[in-house]
Amino acid sequence: MSKAQIFLKGLIKENPVLVLILGTCPTLAVSTNVMSALGMGAASTIVLLCSNIVISALRKVIPDKVRIPCYIVLIAGFVTMVQMLVKAFAPALDEALGIYLPLIVVNCIILGRAEMFANKNTVIDSAIDGLGMGIGFTLALFLMATIREVLGSGSWLGFSIPVLADNNISIMTMAPGGFLVFGILIAVINTVTKKKNPKTEFGCAGCPSAEICGKAKGGEVEK
Amino acid sequence: MTKLIIILLSAVFINNYVLSRFLGICPFLGVSKKINQAVGMSVAVIFVMLIATAVTWPIQIFLLNPNNLGYLQTIVFILVIASLVQLVEIILKKYIPSLHKSLGVYLPLITTNCAVLGVTILNITEEYTFLEAMVNSLGSGLGFFLAMVMFSGVRSLIEGADVPKAFRGLPITLVAASITSLSFLGFSGVIENLFA
Repeated sequence: MSKAQIFLKGLIKENPVLVLILGTCPTLAVSTNVMSALGMGAASTIVLLCSNIVISALRKVIPDKVRIPCYIVLIAGFVTMVQMLVKAFAPALDEALGIYLPLIVVNCIILGRAEMFANKNTVIDSAIDGLGMGIGFTLALFLMATIREVLGSGSWLGFSIPVLADNNISIMTMAPGGFLVFGILIAVINTVTKKKNPKTEFGCAGCPSAEICGKAKGGEVEK
Repeated sequence: MTKLIIILLSAVFINNYVLSRFLGICPFLGVSKKINQAVGMSVAVIFVMLIATAVTWPIQIFLLNPNNLGYLQTIVFILVIASLVQLVEIILKKYIPSLHKSLGVYLPLITTNCAVLGVTILNITEEYTFLEAMVNSLGSGLGFFLAMVMFSGVRSLIEGADVPKAFRGLPITLVAASITSLSFLGFSGVIENLFA
């Protein structure tokens, strides 16, 4: 696979949120307005890029059996750095993201890319993959947040939109709106791409830790 | 006492972890197909949330805060939770095999469950006392349980419904989750006024 293909697959063909259905929690939680969605996307992209590079560089050093704890420690370290940077330079963003900033640690996209890509590929390929996936995540967040902010608060990036501002559907910025917009977006994507086997099932198969725990397959927990 | 009841009820109904805070969406959508699995998963979550809080709260207050190591919170908490889950699994396997049989399969899935890490961090940011933190964890776990059981009931109804082709599978599940969370919006403001 060429370098450009590795980069581009994260944007559309294997978009982590809309196609691979990873990282649902932050997607639903921070997409209430465009500003915090972009902030979350940028923070996650930095963590993903750093963790992919380091994990790929250490892939021959880390013993296979303890790789997951190692990855988690590395990822948590990068998240802490990003957390401190955001607190120092963008306190308003820190306020807006709140609990979801430290929770980047458990974002399945990051552990998932470490497990699926970074521990099998070279440092440069992994960096490109991390960047592509991060930007794909940001794009998906941006799309969700645009729909929710325009309909829900009648504004975009804080700028008020004339007619919509007086007729906002405030439910869109609340929890039910998040689920609804996400559901409709996936339905639209499944229809437009006309995939032969669209990912219709959400389950442990969609979660990278399923492979790790090895106990769950296809959304059903084996007895 | 009133404060504890308010914390408990708000954690269950108003700030429901799944339906209003969006934490723990993976198990909520993934393991809610059958009601017995939903119950098993939620009981395991309540269990781990309580133990995790009982361990992480003293670590933060007595170890990290006095030494100005508060910034290590994220790393320390995720490590403590991950090793705790392993430890609990080993102990259950050895001493209570019957409980291990019913909860064991769900335990490894909980390590990367954001609801558990979320509740431990929120207990610190909300500046709860130890008792309040434990009550908050219990309430959050019960809220998770309630959402899971309710939603598995909703999903069993979708199974038999004739859904438009584009919405089959995940999209209709998300739309159903949206309507389920709509019902929880009705609770907002109720608890505060109940004790006012």
